[in-house]
Amino acid sequence: MAESAFNITLNGEPYRLEGDARLPALIDRLKMRPQRIAVEINRRIVPKSEYAATILAAGDEVEIINFVGGG
Amino acid sequence: MDTPLELGGRKFSSRLIVGTGKYKDFEQTRRAVEESGAEIVTVAVRRVNITDRKSENLLDYLDPKRYQILPNTAGCYTAEEAVRTCRLAREVGVGEMVKLEVIGDQKTLFPDVPATIEAAKILVKEGFKVLPYITDDPVTCLRLAELGCAAVMPLAAPIGSGLGIRNPYNLAIIIEQAKVPVIVDAGVGTASDAAYAMELGCDAILMNTAIAGAKDPLAMARAMKLAVEAGRLAYGAGRIERRLYATASSPITGMIQ
Repeated sequence: MAESAFNITLNGEPYRLEGDARLPALIDRLKMRPQRIAVEINRRIVPKSEYAATILAAGDEVEIINFVGGG
Repeated sequence: MDTPLELGGRKFSSRLIVGTGKYKDFEQTRRAVEESGAEIVTVAVRRVNITDRKSENLLDYLDPKRYQILPNTAGCYTAEEAVRTCRLAREVGVGEMVKLEVIGDQKTLFPDVPATIEAAKILVKEGFKVLPYITDDPVTCLRLAELGCAAVMPLAAPIGSGLGIRNPYNLAIIIEQAKVPVIVDAGVGTASDAAYAMELGCDAILMNTAIAGAKDPLAMARAMKLAVEAGRLAYGAGRIERRLYATASSPITGMIQ
């Protein structure tokens, strides 16, 4: 299991990641659902099929987007 | 009976496309969209708010199985940003259709034409169904259609201005030349503007502020639905020629003496 504590950049802000470093754990902790978001790590889009196998590392730059009202 | 709007390989019976910005809350958004009868709704792509987490999401109110979700690239000032935004939007999983906008100027929000063309080329190559927001310039619209955009979306007036159809003659040329659907995007202020655009022969209208910014957005949504239908019907019916002098509607013979 990928148990750890380190810093990443999440949506432009420093974020302390503790415990499970797998991407689904972070998504879960943020109360998000995979079918409502898209994720980029270090400028590379992570396909949903790869979420489970994706483990975050110190210094990763993570972008998580969703849809909001717009014209 | 009107023919359906064919866009990106899909058929739609509504010719009104609505935005989801500037509403009071998601519930009002949902109700306004419902009133408008729209089947395609635009959304913006933004970072998830990490500090103020609400588990509610816009898509919980606008079911992607019922509506064609049309992510936009609003706020992008370069082709690179716009392409990156579209790639992310596609990864959410609501299809390949995107509203491409590359803004050239903060005050007018007019499009950056060369950057829009550059981004459109990349996106078309990557399999996106590209709907570009663009200046009401016939040559630019031709180029965008030639490079494979699924529609062209000339502006009627600046975004959110409510100025109406500022250049009906350019729109008429764009519509006459068009090999892809022409969607008037931006500038509509009230129902008569929408009807006018449809009477000119455009295939659909995209609007946000005119509905969301009205005192009663739900009533305006319904007004826009009716205006788009009325304008479309009138276009199909074929209006009379304009004349300088009167022609009597009643017989001129058989008058009592």
